[in-house]
Amino acid sequence: MESGKQKTVALLHVMQPAGQKNSGTGCASSGGKGKSSCGSSAGQGDLSPEVWEKVKNHPCYSEEAHHHYARMHVAVAPACNIQCNYCNRKYDCSNESRPGVVSERLTPEQATKKVLAVASTIPQMTVLGIAGPGDPLANPEKTFKTFEMVAQSAPDIKLCLSTNGLMLPDYVDQIAALNIDHVTITINMIDPKVGAKIYPWVFYNHKRYTGVEASQILSERQLLGLEMLTARGILCKVNSVMIPGINDHHLVAVNKAVKARGAFLHNIMPLISAPEHGTVFGLNGQPGPTAQELKLLQDSCEGEMNMMRHCRQCRADAVGLLGDDRSAEFTTDKVMAMDVTYDRAGREAYQEKVELKRQAVVAARNMELATLAGEHSDVSILIAVATKGGGRINEHFGHAKEFQIYEVSTAGSKFVGHRRVDVYCEGGYAEEDSLATVVRAINDCQAVFVARIGGCPREGLKAAGIEPVDRFALEYIEQSAIAYFKDYLERVRRGEIQHSKRGDADIRQGALIA
Amino acid sequence: MAYKIKESTCVGCLACRDECPNQAISETNFVMSIDPTKCTECIGFFADPQCLSICPIPRTIQINPDVPRFQAAV
Ligand code: SF4
Ligand code: SF4
Ligand code: SF4
Repeated sequence: MESGKQKTVALLHVMQPAGQKNSGTGCASSGGKGKSSCGSSAGQGDLSPEVWEKVKNHPCYSEEAHHHYARMHVAVAPACNIQCNYCNRKYDCSNESRPGVVSERLTPEQATKKVLAVASTIPQMTVLGIAGPGDPLANPEKTFKTFEMVAQSAPDIKLCLSTNGLMLPDYVDQIAALNIDHVTITINMIDPKVGAKIYPWVFYNHKRYTGVEASQILSERQLLGLEMLTARGILCKVNSVMIPGINDHHLVAVNKAVKARGAFLHNIMPLISAPEHGTVFGLNGQPGPTAQELKLLQDSCEGEMNMMRHCRQCRADAVGLLGDDRSAEFTTDKVMAMDVTYDRAGREAYQEKVELKRQAVVAARNMELATLAGEHSDVSILIAVATKGGGRINEHFGHAKEFQIYEVSTAGSKFVGHRRVDVYCEGGYAEEDSLATVVRAINDCQAVFVARIGGCPREGLKAAGIEPVDRFALEYIEQSAIAYFKDYLERVRRGEIQHSKRGDADIRQGALIA
Repeated sequence: MAYKIKESTCVGCLACRDECPNQAISETNFVMSIDPTKCTECIGFFADPQCLSICPIPRTIQINPDVPRFQAAV
């Protein structure tokens, strides 16, 4: 860790679901809830009873649970066996993370100690993922050794794995034997001709394959691996990167193919691409989708299958709740010097309290929803919310690093995504062009819910046609969203305001480093 | 000849080390090196040099001209 070559030791790879990857990295959300998280406490959707049983309270997949638990990643798998055009191997695997995040590299022993240290300090950390920085199954010894060691010392932590799928069929037995909770496979195509535009090569059976042949091998192995896992009852999620002009329309076919093979959730993520990332797509100017293009594709697949909207593509997220970054406490040096005792009873007691809080959020939402019963309207609106997590509107507009987006209609409220923004109010003064950045990011929303907001941005938002709302400060998000929506409908009916669709919004390029 | 690794472009992912059939590649503090006395250019094992085939960074693994070409045993 001292030579010039040493990559900056990255932040602890903890995904704080706080409501939303990414990731990279805090992933989880409406997926497990079935296609419409509308209505009361989650719908089973088209999930089988066995799968539903596994995901309904899952910290990664249940939307409510997702707002209250964290997951972390450890970087034990530096090597990769394929090349993706959206990846720059100087950084972490872009399948789940965001470009621009430098890697750390841990031995299985170091990784295990780090997991125990974080789990003891942050009891809401309940899921450990291995996703890179390369491909976990291109580093099978390190990956499985880490899982084994963690399972031994902390059997209550759920284990998950993200892979490009090339080596998956070879490791299905080991995955099953280790009781891995769920596996994520990144599948961007099922047609090798499409694949040839995404993957320049794969390394398989001691040989580098290129062109259509490479993607043919990759696709066959991915789909076979998926089938083998679901046949054994292991939960499988599929990630796809939406690359406009290359696989955007094709992803509808991918969605059908993975659903047919038993994937329970499909997560379509936008390509994040900019020249400074140094990726092939970044350098040749391949654009990512806009927020509306992404949502349209997700909506068209949602008829087929559960979608996952919460993914921020973050993997090296901060430790602790959003806005309360604790990663500095867990650098490799500090962790190695720590004396860690794993306090399972303490964790369980804490998690019980979290459960009660979670139930309160759901109950509040359902109560409010009941007052909408019998109402029918075609109007649906998007609301941006500034939150630090816990399901409440508890962030100052000027401090929000990202907004959570909720869609509300008479059918109920549902979380549909995140928008990352720059910190608007740095050191207490606001700049005009940072407000413009926020407006661009939430331009498709009718309102923005905040705990507080200054006079200047308030006027700017109004001028842009977005209503700043602080009257729900510190209240529950979904309960407030439904209350706001009722009032909105009332105002439309009385002719005070006119409902019209808003424009499109930007998906911000780059990483959210909390 | 054996192969060698260009330090300035290598990202230290260890992929080459794990694939080498001769354990010719080692790493210290993220700096990779190939032992020319152990590298057989994969002759006798595989059709292509494994390190070169899996390395994600172009032109990072190169022929080492300072060493005579490996001769397969007859
Ligand atoms: S699988 Fe991940 S690490 Fe490998 S090239 Fe693709 S994005 Fe990069
Ligand atoms: S060419 Fe083959 S033997 Fe030589 S270092 Fe590379 S992998 Fe090892
Ligand atoms: S595979 Fe290439 S980049 Fe990775 S350690 Fe070996 S030489 Fe370096």
